[in-house]
Amino acid sequence: MSSDPKANGNLLEIKHLKKYFPIRKGLLQREVARVHAVDDITLTVAKGETVGLVGESGCGKSTLGRCIIRLLEPTDGDIVFQGQSIAKLGAGAMRPLRREMQMVFQDPYASLNPRKRVGSIIGDPLTIHGLGDRNERKKQVEELLETVGLSPEHYNRFPHEFSGGQRQRIGVARALALRPKLIVADEPVSALDVSIQAQMINLLEALQDDFGLTYVFIAHDLGVVRHVSDRIAVMYLGKLVELSPAEELYQRPIMPYTEALLSAVPIPDPDLSEQRERIVLEGDVPSPIHPPSGCRFHPRCRYATDICKQVEPPLTDYGNGHLAACHHPLNVDKETLAQVTASEKYSPRSADEDVLPDAPSKKKSSPIPEKG
Amino acid sequence: MAERLLEVEGLKVQFATEDGVVRAVDGVDFTLERGEVLGIVGESGSGKSVTALTLLGLTRDKNTRFEGDVRYKGQSLLKLPERKLQEIRGNELAMIFQDPMTSMNPVYRVGDQIVEAITTHEDVSKRNARRRATELLRQVGIPNPDRRVDDYPHQFSGGMRQRAMIAMALANNPDVLIADEPTTALDVTIQAQIIELIDRLKDEFNSAVILITHDLGVVAEVADEILVMYAGRVVENGAKRDIFYDPQHPYTWGLLGSIPRLDRPKPKRLHSIQGSPPSLINPPRGCKFRPRCPQAFEKCQEEPGLENRVEQKGHLDRCWLTVDEKRRLRERTLAGEAQEVA
Repeated sequence: MSSDPKANGNLLEIKHLKKYFPIRKGLLQREVARVHAVDDITLTVAKGETVGLVGESGCGKSTLGRCIIRLLEPTDGDIVFQGQSIAKLGAGAMRPLRREMQMVFQDPYASLNPRKRVGSIIGDPLTIHGLGDRNERKKQVEELLETVGLSPEHYNRFPHEFSGGQRQRIGVARALALRPKLIVADEPVSALDVSIQAQMINLLEALQDDFGLTYVFIAHDLGVVRHVSDRIAVMYLGKLVELSPAEELYQRPIMPYTEALLSAVPIPDPDLSEQRERIVLEGDVPSPIHPPSGCRFHPRCRYATDICKQVEPPLTDYGNGHLAACHHPLNVDKETLAQVTASEKYSPRSADEDVLPDAPSKKKSSPIPEKG
Repeated sequence: MAERLLEVEGLKVQFATEDGVVRAVDGVDFTLERGEVLGIVGESGSGKSVTALTLLGLTRDKNTRFEGDVRYKGQSLLKLPERKLQEIRGNELAMIFQDPMTSMNPVYRVGDQIVEAITTHEDVSKRNARRRATELLRQVGIPNPDRRVDDYPHQFSGGMRQRAMIAMALANNPDVLIADEPTTALDVTIQAQIIELIDRLKDEFNSAVILITHDLGVVAEVADEILVMYAGRVVENGAKRDIFYDPQHPYTWGLLGSIPRLDRPKPKRLHSIQGSPPSLINPPRGCKFRPRCPQAFEKCQEEPGLENRVEQKGHLDRCWLTVDEKRRLRERTLAGEAQEVA
């Protein structure tokens, strides 16, 4: 599963990607404002890797996912897939590439056509790309059904005959049909019951090993993300605020937003739940139409000072592939702080790269208590 | 002893459908006292929401059959005439619905919807009701309530709408607050705010709360008593700590084991409960969990009763295994270890 990005090469490179949605008003439909859904994000995904994208609703994680597989056209920046720039490709030029990248959607009730039989839902991608004749396609669909834990007899059934978990398996089979290299899974388990969630996660992991898949896994559930991801990217209001190897993010969050997110995850253990200090974030995510100045998290941050309001912090490299954008980083000692540099590659162009974090962390913060 | 507000006895709810009779709730018993938070935990189709809706008489229909009894302060609710029930519903028993996006009327102002809830049950002037609506919005933490009271629901975010729903439910100072998955549609950060809010308001308004959820993490925080439901039945019932630290039913410990946990090292594979919930039209014979239970044996063909089998009084479960067997068998699952796949 985990792999060294350098040895394998990157399957996907996102470079300073921006996606703004215009807000138009009046007779002439003039553009009066823009929703800054994704605002200058740089991220690479190595072959065979799972990158988790987390953040609250409205942080732009789904928009980023949709830009990656070009369901949306980026406003600016570049997406390089297998060495080829795809940000500006037209529909025709994109088509052969669609075989290589597929999506699993969040809502298993809305993402399957209720009038089509399972066989054609899963088989349509094969038909569209002209793969095999009828019999071969049927055989392949039946194999796919078995791969995702359904039975070949389900071929002629309709989606409404299945439970939520089974429907999500159909969605996965459809995504797998073309043997893609990259799957963007947008909240694939959040609509499922807990007992079914675990089945689904195990299935996705098994498929990754069997088919050598690369996942971009979008979710708001930090427990699920930790389980599947090699690396995790935390987003806030269109910006990448922390990027870290999965385990390290949970042991040592640097950005206060990550710390707050972690501490909000309920722990199914009454004693631990009582013990831990919970950071309740006040208010909602601000509007992405007029995002706050400086660090976008400053209005809700308990460590915020004047500099946070004025200067956007660069993504700073704390070593071991752990980056965070914060003026007051947590869990970093003085020696490390003296050595850090702004990451030229990852930092948004709007950030001030000369301003490095100054205040050493006041304390070690661990939002999740350990038992014992 | 605290005042007993609700008593539910042998409650069964059956819906006649084209495909057959759906036994949505199949024998549920519990009591609720003032100041108590009862968590009802279960998957979709376990009957937890139908139980809640039935308490408020919201499942009444010509195709619905009820058995058993629901008593609020000694008064039986199931056969109460609709007019009388309306006096209680929203007034003494109030509900917070799951989806804040669809459970408010989009063409009325938020304030007016709260005012309506107040004036339906109380003879107050519109102006006073409006003042109270504003005050309620302030209590649930809506910024600038004086201005926000005139907003439409679409101008509120999801978390704010859920707060407004809570304000509406609290409008008449209810004795029992029923919250059906109040945080499922919300982000974790907002979920934390809402849970804290419900917990605080329970004390301020001196009510009892029924919290329905599929998330054991949420009940770990606020519940006093927990009811675990499966296929329309209560499979385990007890105090919060007993359920979490001494679970007696394989379904309960299966659920506990399948949550990816942040407080533990990451397991290689997640434990999962095999299969999917049974049909409520043709439920399996005997124990309803038998087809999915790794521990099932011959005796499970016959359904066990909900009985007290452990030292702790009031901790009931529906499983034939002996207590020692249970304590031994559950260990690996509770530790989150994945079972061998046959």
